[in-house]
Amino acid sequence: MDMLLAILIGLPMTILVTVLALLIGSVLALPLVAGLRSHNRFVWLLCRGLVDLLRGIPPVVWLFILYYGISVGVIRLTSLQAGVLGLGLVAAAYLAEIYRGALTAVHAGQWEASSALGLDRATIWARIIAPQAWRAAIPAYTTFAIGLLKDSSIASTIGVAEIVFMSNHYARQSGGSITVYFVAAAVYIVLSVPLGMLSRKIDIRMRKTVTR
Amino acid sequence: MNTFFEDFATFAPALVGGLRISLLLTGASLLFGLPIGLIFAFGVTAKNKILRFVSVFFVEVGRGAPALVLLQLMYYGLPNANITLSSLASACLALTWTTAAYSGELIRGGLQAVPEGEIEGSEALGMSRADTMRFVIIPQGMRIALPSLMGFAVLLFQTTSLAYSVAVPELMSQAYSTGSSTFKYLTVFIAAGLLYAAISIPATWLSVWLEKSMSKHL
Repeated sequence: MDMLLAILIGLPMTILVTVLALLIGSVLALPLVAGLRSHNRFVWLLCRGLVDLLRGIPPVVWLFILYYGISVGVIRLTSLQAGVLGLGLVAAAYLAEIYRGALTAVHAGQWEASSALGLDRATIWARIIAPQAWRAAIPAYTTFAIGLLKDSSIASTIGVAEIVFMSNHYARQSGGSITVYFVAAAVYIVLSVPLGMLSRKIDIRMRKTVTR
Repeated sequence: MNTFFEDFATFAPALVGGLRISLLLTGASLLFGLPIGLIFAFGVTAKNKILRFVSVFFVEVGRGAPALVLLQLMYYGLPNANITLSSLASACLALTWTTAAYSGELIRGGLQAVPEGEIEGSEALGMSRADTMRFVIIPQGMRIALPSLMGFAVLLFQTTSLAYSVAVPELMSQAYSTGSSTFKYLTVFIAAGLLYAAISIPATWLSVWLEKSMSKHL
């Protein structure tokens, strides 16, 4: 019981890192996906390169670049800032790809019909395309969010006091036992199972309102 | 900029040595993990209760727990159960677990995507169940699963960067020790990042290309 409590002290931090990184990623993915759909070759190449680079380098390297790398200059990030920003940047690249896939899933007829009705571009995006694309994106988005929950453990390497950090701390203090790591694993599993169930439920409900 | 390249050249031997261990760890985990994954693919739907329970346990924990927790479980946890492994062996064990769990589900998806008619056809030809699996279902299912397995292999390669936390002398840990002795953290981590990218970006392209060319033959 002691052990479980010691580990759960890290739970709020795990959730904070996950939610903030997901927020940063969800927002930054929007300009990225706009760039990936751009007809301007230069903009496209820039965004394509950025997405590939963000996804091609492991998250822990990004965290280390942000935490140790730019600490020499004027700005010095705290471990929480570096962790959230690093995971958020990587998330932006993955989410941009998810958004892009969801946009191609919206039937071309939706565009044609909206134009035929004389709607302007802003309305078409806001009222017709985005709501349908969002529904198509939900399964991949939630799968990614669950993955991010587990990836937030990487922030422990730069000293963010989340679940893995706290379990390590407890293991060292109590002379170590294999159970700590199984309990930590169980906490992550217990967190992700309801998220997965929720995502399937929303997906089934949303699916009824998407045209094909 | 010039000093960046000069530093890069000085760091290169250590980093490339680390990269070789990263690749070795990736290869070994795939070598052991994929066959176990194939067993799990059948195990999670097996009629035998013990086999099913064991498979579901390993698949759910392997996918549900962060790789970092599994690495530390094997390296810091196992010695308390009187099993002490070297850092490389424990990292390999942890990543084999991850590989088996993820690839098990990917292979299962591939096997299920093989059309029902293939099984009926084999039955009509009087093939035994084992032969149907061996010659008809597994080859086609593996072909369907191959692109996503490639995608997983790239992620696994990136995950090996976490093995630095259990003292495996791979790319990340070489970068860290170089950084702490020269204080050129930014340069050395960017160099390490570029080395990771130099492997994983082309590998991703390959898996996308593979998916496109495979879809023609299904």
